[in-house]
Amino acid sequence: MLRIEDLQVKIGDRKILEHIDLEIHPGETHILFGPNGSGKTSLLMTIMGYPQYRITGGKIFFKGEDITNMPVNERARLGIGLSYQRPPTIHGLKIRQMVQICGRGKEVDPQELAKQVNFSEFLDREVNAGFSGGEIKRSELLQLLAQDPDLLLFDEPESGVDLENISLIGRTINHLLQRDMRAEPGKSMRELRQERKKMGLIITHTGFILDYVTADKGQVLYGGVLTCASNPREIFKCISEVGYEECVRCAT
Amino acid sequence: MRDLDDKALQAKDKRAEFGQDIDLDAFQAEPAPSPSSVEYQAGSSTLSAADKERMILSGIEVSGVGRAGSFLQKNSTVLEAFSRQDGLEVMPIREALERHPWVRDYYWKLASVDADKYTAQARLKLHNGYIIRALPGSKITYPVQACMYLDQEGASQHVHNLIIAEEGSELHIIAGCATAAHVRRALHIGISEFYVKKRAKLSFTMIHTWAEEIVVRPRSVGIVEEEGIFLNNYICLMPVKSIQTYPTTYLAGKGAVARFSNLLVGSPGSEMDVGGRIFLQEANTRAEIISRAITNGGTIISRGALIGEVAGVKAHLECRGLILKGGTMHAIPELEGRADGVEMSHEAAVGKIAQEEILYLMSRGLSEDEATSTIVRGFLNVDIPDLPPQLKAEIDRAVGQSDQEMM
Repeated sequence: MLRIEDLQVKIGDRKILEHIDLEIHPGETHILFGPNGSGKTSLLMTIMGYPQYRITGGKIFFKGEDITNMPVNERARLGIGLSYQRPPTIHGLKIRQMVQICGRGKEVDPQELAKQVNFSEFLDREVNAGFSGGEIKRSELLQLLAQDPDLLLFDEPESGVDLENISLIGRTINHLLQRDMRAEPGKSMRELRQERKKMGLIITHTGFILDYVTADKGQVLYGGVLTCASNPREIFKCISEVGYEECVRCAT
Repeated sequence: MRDLDDKALQAKDKRAEFGQDIDLDAFQAEPAPSPSSVEYQAGSSTLSAADKERMILSGIEVSGVGRAGSFLQKNSTVLEAFSRQDGLEVMPIREALERHPWVRDYYWKLASVDADKYTAQARLKLHNGYIIRALPGSKITYPVQACMYLDQEGASQHVHNLIIAEEGSELHIIAGCATAAHVRRALHIGISEFYVKKRAKLSFTMIHTWAEEIVVRPRSVGIVEEEGIFLNNYICLMPVKSIQTYPTTYLAGKGAVARFSNLLVGSPGSEMDVGGRIFLQEANTRAEIISRAITNGGTIISRGALIGEVAGVKAHLECRGLILKGGTMHAIPELEGRADGVEMSHEAAVGKIAQEEILYLMSRGLSEDEATSTIVRGFLNVDIPDLPPQLKAEIDRAVGQSDQEMM
C-alpha cells in the first residue's frame, strides 16, 4: 500500500503541494486529474523521490516503510516505477541495455518485451534520442515491463500518442496493472480481482486513457490541493462540462 | 636522403605549433640498431607476462591469435614482423628502406621532416617502425596489429610508419602503444604516413596506454584517393603527461571519405592537445571528425578543422566534452569553406553529466555511481561504422577498463 500523510512540498521557496493525503491499496488504480501547473507531475516525482522536490512536512509510506527520505534507486528497488512524460536522452546507451538495467538481474528478454509494445526496431537505438511523443511512451512502458514494479506511476501516458497506438498503450497499462484478466475456470472474476496486487496512479490531462483503463478512483489536484475523490468517469465528465474551477468548487 | 638530413638538422630545435615544448635532451635516445639487423627473429618470446598484460590494454594480442599480421617493437628493437595472409606485407621500415627502392616513394612524402623538432628527431635518430601494406585488391579480413612498446625509464623512442592500402584493398590495423608498468618517464615520437589508394578501405585504430610522466608526440599525415575510405580512431583513456597530435588528411580524389574519432580521458596533471584536420579537395568528398573527451582534472584541448576547398563536399565535426572532477576542456572546432556549395557543420558542447540523467537511471534501480558510470560509458560509446567487430570489441574493452579507473 501507498500512504501519503499531510504531504507538503516545495521547489526552492515555492509551495507546490499542500497537505496531500492519499491512499492506494493493493490492486487499486487511481486517476489524477488537474490542469497544467497544478502539481500533478510534482506529486509523482515526490513519490519517486526526486530531491529537488523538498518535503517540508508530512510522510510517505510504501509497503509499510517510511520512504519519505529514501533515495530514488531504493524506492525503485522497493517496487515503485515511473513512466515519464519527458525523459532525458541518454547518449550511447541502447534501449536493449536499458531494458536489462530495468530487469535488474532478472531474466528479461528485451526482444520479447519489445514485441509487446511494438518497439522491436528501437532496441538498438539510443535511449530517447530523437523519439517522437508516442515512441517515448512505448519506450517507457517497455522499461516498466522489464522493471515490473508494484506501484506504477504514469505521467500522461497518452500525450503525443497517435490514435493507432493509444489502444496499445492502454492495453499495456492494463497488463502492467493486472487489469487484463480473463475469466478462468474455477475462479470468479471477484476472486481474480482480489488476487490483483499492482497499484497505479495515472495522471491524465485529456482523459482519453479512461477509454482503455479501468480505474477505481479519481481525484483532482488543483492549486496544489487534492480534492474530489470520486468515480473517475464522473469527475472527467464534470471537468469536460464545466471546467476544473467549477468542478473543484462543487466538491468543497 | 642527405637533403632530408639537412632539413632535419635545420629544424632540430624548432618548436611545434601546438603543445608544450619538450626538451629532447632530457631523454636518452638509444642508438639506432644497425640497419640490416634481423635480430627480430628472436621473436616476442622475450616479453614477460607483465609486458603482455600492458599490451593487451592497448589491444595487442602477443599470441597473434585473430590477427592477419603482427609487428612488435620494444624500445628500438623489432621483436616480430610477420604476415599470415597473402596480399599483406608487414616489415620493419629500416630493413625495407634498404631492400625495396619503392619505399622511398612514400617515406617522408606526406609528412615534412622540418615540421618541428619532433619530426626532425625522427629523421635524425630513427629507431625503426613499420610498413604495413595491403596489395592491390587484397581484402585483409582479420586486423593487423602493430605495437610500440617502451620499457626503459627516461628513454625516447623514435619511429616512422608507412601504412599503404593499395587500389581496391581493405586493411584494418590496430596500433597499440604502451609503456611497461614500471616506466614512469619516457618520450615517444611517431611519424605515420597513410596512403589510401583508389577504392581502398583503411581503418586505423590506435589505443594508447601510457603512464603519468610519459610525453607523446605523434605526427601523422594521410592521403585518400578516389572513392577511398579512411577511418582513423584514436583512443587514449589512461594517464599520460603530455600528448599533442594533430593528424592531417587530404581527400584528394573524388568521393573519398575520412572519418576521425577521438576518445580521450584526461587524468589529473595530464595535458592532451588532440585534434584532426581534413582537407576536402575534390567533389563529393566527405569528412567527419567526432571527439568525446572526459576530464577528471586534466587539461584537454580538442581541436578539429575541416577545410572545404571545392563545391559539393560534405563535412561535419562533433566535439563533446564532459568535466567530471575538475580540469579544463577547451573545444576548438574550425570550419573553413573555400568555395560555393560546400556543406559543413559543427556542434560542440562542454558540460557536466546532467543530474536529470542520473536520476532517470536511478529510478530504474541503479545506484548513483552505477548511473554515473553508465552515462560515462555511453558517452564514450561512439558508433563507428565499418569497423570490424574485433576492433569494436577492443575499443569497448578499453572504455570498460577506463571506467573502472575513473570511478
